Amino acid sequence: MEMLVALAIGILTATGTFLTLRGRTFPVVLGLTLLAYACNLFIFSSGRLVVDGAAVLNQDLPIPDPLPQALVLTAIVIGFAMTAFAVILSMRARADLGNDHVDGTEKRDDQNGEQR
Amino acid sequence: MNHLPILPVLIPMLTGILLLLPPIRTTLTRQRLFALVAAGLNLLVALALINQSTSGEIAVYALGDWQPPYGIVLVADRLSSLMLLLTSLLLFAGLLYASSGQDEAGRYFYPLMMFQALGINGAFLTGDIFNLFVFFEILLIASYSLLMHGGGKHKTRAAVHYVLLNLVGSAIFLFALGVLYGAIGSLNMADMALRVRELSGAELQLAKVGGLLLLVVFGLKAAMLPLQFWLPRTYATAAGPIVALFAILTKVGVYCLLRVHGMIFGDYAGEISDIIQPWLWGTAVLTIAIGAIGVLSSPSLKRLAGHLVIVSVGTLLSALAINTPASISAGLYYAAHSTLAGAALFLVAELISEQRGGALDMIVRSRPVAQPVAIGITFFITALALIGMPPFSGFIGKLMVMQSAESITQMGWTWSTLLIATLFALIAFSRAGSTIFWRTKGKNTDEVAGSSTKLAAIWLLLLAAPLMSLFAGPIVDFTAATAAQLDQLAQTPQILLNGGGQ
Repeated sequence: MEMLVALAIGILTATGTFLTLRGRTFPVVLGLTLLAYACNLFIFSSGRLVVDGAAVLNQDLPIPDPLPQALVLTAIVIGFAMTAFAVILSMRARADLGNDHVDGTEKRDDQNGEQR
Repeated sequence: MNHLPILPVLIPMLTGILLLLPPIRTTLTRQRLFALVAAGLNLLVALALINQSTSGEIAVYALGDWQPPYGIVLVADRLSSLMLLLTSLLLFAGLLYASSGQDEAGRYFYPLMMFQALGINGAFLTGDIFNLFVFFEILLIASYSLLMHGGGKHKTRAAVHYVLLNLVGSAIFLFALGVLYGAIGSLNMADMALRVRELSGAELQLAKVGGLLLLVVFGLKAAMLPLQFWLPRTYATAAGPIVALFAILTKVGVYCLLRVHGMIFGDYAGEISDIIQPWLWGTAVLTIAIGAIGVLSSPSLKRLAGHLVIVSVGTLLSALAINTPASISAGLYYAAHSTLAGAALFLVAELISEQRGGALDMIVRSRPVAQPVAIGITFFITALALIGMPPFSGFIGKLMVMQSAESITQMGWTWSTLLIATLFALIAFSRAGSTIFWRTKGKNTDEVAGSSTKLAAIWLLLLAAPLMSLFAGPIVDFTAATAAQLDQLAQTPQILLNGGGQ
């Protein structure tokens, strides 16, 4: 269980970081989304993992920490809003600047679609 | 229960919402009046909080009466009140400046400014570290939209960088919060400060990782080297009144370093006390150096102002690095001065660029501004204050920071970098001023409209320069008491859990 969650967070973070460092806005936005997912899973697991815990208060079963669940809800909502903003901004940048590079200028020598 | 501490959050929030609704939204005049009245109210509340905090009282406001450490608290101590006063001054001056025409350039200017103020005020007040994240996001999403106010290619390009960088910053903030909650088991700052002293083993290391991750997040907000590259371009492209309010954003970063790292990872944190101190010296000195070089190489006034913001952040970081009550007190005085004078410079640059046609605020030979005398005098005083020449507040601020250095090594680093940065600023301002006001060609016979309101807004901020040196005594007493209070809070965070008190 721990290994599975740790691997999921690790892979999401690694992929997200890689994509965030790309040169075009689309992969960058995707990377940020993956990073946000990794964050959410990470916060969720910061209250320690409990298997078969009580969903609502119950005296016989172990009770999972409710605070990270509240935190992750906030983080998800904020993450959605920010991603939506980043997507719209990227589209605006594509329209205003005429290309989808993050720094707004397309280099002459990467016309074959390769990122710098 | 004393409801004063919640007002700086409630006023901008309600105003922002009301500004979006029909009776007020329909005409620009109503929006202007309503927003200015609300900003004035906000200023009065900040003054009332300052007045309340001078007695040494720390107002702890438990939202919904859920007691700490489980509920979210707002804490209004001396430091928070001081920062709130600065924010409300900037907000009022920014709105006043924009009310003579610039608010027409884009939609939703006033609501967005209010939401921005809501985020900043909340970040200064909150005593809960996750709540700090939430307020950060509020101020960020408002600043993203404000940055685009007016539109244009340059703004879009700068906004892409700013937004993407800050989204990564928010992700790191969340990771840091996850690590800290996992290791410490609390999110209330005072409770965290108490619990961190008893950590050991793996959890101690985790808390250390979390603390250093937070340094990266706050460093990005504060524009600390090597996270400062976004600042000059972003600030140079945005509209003047908006950047004037942004002038406090870098101070939000420094404030968080002082609050979070000073209290949770500060002098009394047991095994992980002062974890950021080894990092601060190098970054402080290099931030001043890179800012000073930027000041010399600035092609336009707004870029110059942006690089000066970086220099002032470096100066504040060196005050934090010295880390004595005297240096913190000096840093707070300098922070107040540099925020107000820096915001004034952004407004002056905006006014100059409005009156010079195509040359904007570029430091090139061009036609003169329409009101050379009034703007010239304003620019001259702003420049003197920012360079740090007597008799204005910059001189006293820099002097106090330099005096607070204790050992020879500290003196060597702070004195040399600060004095060289001052010289560079003097050179850059002399060049900019003489080019813009004296090396002119042709005549400017344009009609200028509404520039008296704009000058009034600038002078509202600029009056702080002579006043802060005239009343330096009482102000320094206040900042010294603030530094002492911060030290007391770091030593005995229980005060905040027991509801403040004397």
